[in-house]
Amino acid sequence: MAPLQLTGQVLDVRRAGLYTVLSLTAPGLAERTRPGHFLNIGIGGEESALLLRRSFAIYQVQSRGVYGGSVDIVVGVHGKGTQWLVDRRRHDTLSIVGPLGRPFTLPKEPANCILVGGGYGTAPLFMLADQLRERGCRVDVIAGAATEEKLFGTLEIKRAASTLTVTTDDGSMGVHGRVTDVLDDVITRSNADVVYACGPMGMLAAVAEVAAARGVYSQCSVEESMACGVGVCMTCVLPVIGDDGVTRMVRSCVEGPVFRGDRVRWSDVGTVPADTLGAPTGGH
Amino acid sequence: MSRALFTSGPLDASLALPAVDMATSIGAFETPAPVFTASGCAAAGKELDQFFDITAIGGIVTKSVMLNARSGRATPRMAETPSGMLNSIGLQGPGIDAFIEHDLAWLRQRGARTVVSIAGGSVEEYGKLASKLRSVEGISAIEVNISCPNVEDRGQVFACDPNAASNVIQAVRRNADTRTPIIAKLSPDVTDIVTIAQAVERAGADALAVINTTLGMVVDLETMRPALGGITGGLSGPAIRPIAVRCVWQIHQALPNLPILGMGGIRNGEDALQFILAGASAVSVGTVTFHDPSAPLRVQQELETALARRGFTTLRDAIGYAHRGPDLPEIDEDHE
Repeated sequence: MAPLQLTGQVLDVRRAGLYTVLSLTAPGLAERTRPGHFLNIGIGGEESALLLRRSFAIYQVQSRGVYGGSVDIVVGVHGKGTQWLVDRRRHDTLSIVGPLGRPFTLPKEPANCILVGGGYGTAPLFMLADQLRERGCRVDVIAGAATEEKLFGTLEIKRAASTLTVTTDDGSMGVHGRVTDVLDDVITRSNADVVYACGPMGMLAAVAEVAAARGVYSQCSVEESMACGVGVCMTCVLPVIGDDGVTRMVRSCVEGPVFRGDRVRWSDVGTVPADTLGAPTGGH
Repeated sequence: MSRALFTSGPLDASLALPAVDMATSIGAFETPAPVFTASGCAAAGKELDQFFDITAIGGIVTKSVMLNARSGRATPRMAETPSGMLNSIGLQGPGIDAFIEHDLAWLRQRGARTVVSIAGGSVEEYGKLASKLRSVEGISAIEVNISCPNVEDRGQVFACDPNAASNVIQAVRRNADTRTPIIAKLSPDVTDIVTIAQAVERAGADALAVINTTLGMVVDLETMRPALGGITGGLSGPAIRPIAVRCVWQIHQALPNLPILGMGGIRNGEDALQFILAGASAVSVGTVTFHDPSAPLRVQQELETALARRGFTTLRDAIGYAHRGPDLPEIDEDHE
C-alpha cells in the first residue's frame, strides 16, 4: 500500500527518560502500518531552513478513537531538528509521510523469537512483540543501552515477553555488559529460530554475527542517515548482498530499513567495497 | 498576444481566478505543463508517483545515467546546510541498458513525459549514450549533465570549459535522434555563464537547464574532518535560488530565443514565477521534493495561481517579462 502524506496534529508530548514520546493524529496510517515501518516528519514549517525530513520508527498506532487514528513515535534529541520537534505542543500541526520502508517479516508458523533493542531502538519492537504473540510465537526480549537512562520502555515491553534481559554498559541496570554478552545464552534458553534487532549499527553488526554463528536467522532494522526517506535521493545507502550473491549499494529507506542480518556487509558500511556492482575501477 | 493586466492591489482571495494556459515548449518539445522534476531528485519517477500523478506535471527529468552501472560514492553522501543541502552521491545508477529496459519502459507505460539526463566521463561516452537512446520510444528530450569530470583532461569539469562543453553537445547532437531536443545543463561555477551558454548553443543545444548545484563543503565539528565522504559536494535548495535566478536572467538577456529550463531552490509557485519572469520557459523542482514529496505538482498549481493573480492568461506571456522596458504611465481607457 502506498504511503500517505498528511498533516497531523500533536495530541500529546510526554517525556520518557531521556526521550520524548510524540502522539500525533494520523488518519489511515494505522491500517497501513506493520512492525518495522517508519515515518518521516517535516521540520520547522513551510519556510523552514531545515529542509530534510527526520525519520522515526513507528512505535505505536491506534486505528480508531476520536481522532480517527493516531501514531506515536519516540524522539531522541540529536540536533536542531529533533529539538524543534520535542518543543512542539498539543494542537501544533506537523507534516507526516508514512508508513515507509520494508517492515519486519513475521514467521508463518509459531516460532521462538528474540527481540533485541539498543537504546530507543526498542521502539518498533513493541508492535512486533504483540503481533508475534498473536501468532503463537514465543518472544524473549533483550534491551541494552550505555546507561539506565538511555533504555526505553523496558517495563512496558516486559508484558509482551516471556523473559526480559536488560544490559547496560556501565552496569547501572541489569547485566553489566552488552546485548551480545547475553544473546548466546538467550538463544540457547529459548531455542530461538529468529532474532529481530533494532539499534545502533555496531550493535546490529554484533547481533547479526552471533545469530549467524548459531545458525539463527536474523532481521536487523538499520539506522542510516536519510534525506528524503522515499527512495529518490540515494543518500542512505549501504553495501548489501543480493539473492544473486552480488553486492550493491542499496537504499535503506525503500529496500530497508529491515535487512537480513547475513546480507548486510557490516564491516564495510561507510565504504564502497571493491566488488560492489559498479564500484570505481580507477578509471573514473 | 494578450499582455498582462495589472491590478492595483491584491485580488480578493475568494474570487475564482481565471484559468491560465500553462502550455510551454522546450525547443521542439511541447508540453501542456511547465513544472518538471530535477535530475537526481526524482530517481525515475516511480517513487514520487505514489504521492502525485506524475503525468500531470511537465515531466520527469530522470537521474543522470551513465554507460555502465555505478555504485556511487561512500557515505556520508549528504549534509544539511542552511536552507539547503550538500550532496556527493557520485552518480549511482544501473547503467544505460538496464535503465532503458526497466526505468524508461516503466515511464513510457505510465504515460509520463520523460527527459533523460545523461552523464559521461569522456566525449565519446556521451556520444554512445545518445546513440543508445536513438531508437528508444517515449523520450521528450535529452538533458546533458556536463558537470562531470573529463577523465581525458585531468578531471576538468566539462561545464567549466566552453570547448569541452561544446564537444560534448556536438557528440550528443550527432548521435541522438535529430527530432529529440537536447538540453545542456550548465554549472554556475564559472566566471561567465553566458560564454558557456553561447558555446553550447553553437554546438547544437536546443535549450539549457540552468543551474546545476554549486560546489560547497562542510566540516564536521565532531570528527573535525570533511562531513562528506566525497569531501566536497553540490549545494542545492533555496540557499542557491538567487544565484540561479541571476544565471537565468543573464542568459536570457544574451540569448532571448534559447529556451531555458530554470531550477535552483524552487519551493513554491512564486519562486517558480521568478524564474519564468527572468526568462525560463519551464522550471524544475529539485531538492524541495525531499522536503515535500508532492512538491512538483503543488508548485505547478501555485504557479498557475501566481500567474492568474498578476493577470496573465498564458504562461508564455510571462516568460522573460522582467526584462521589459520601463512601464509607461497607465491610461485607463474605460474612464476617459
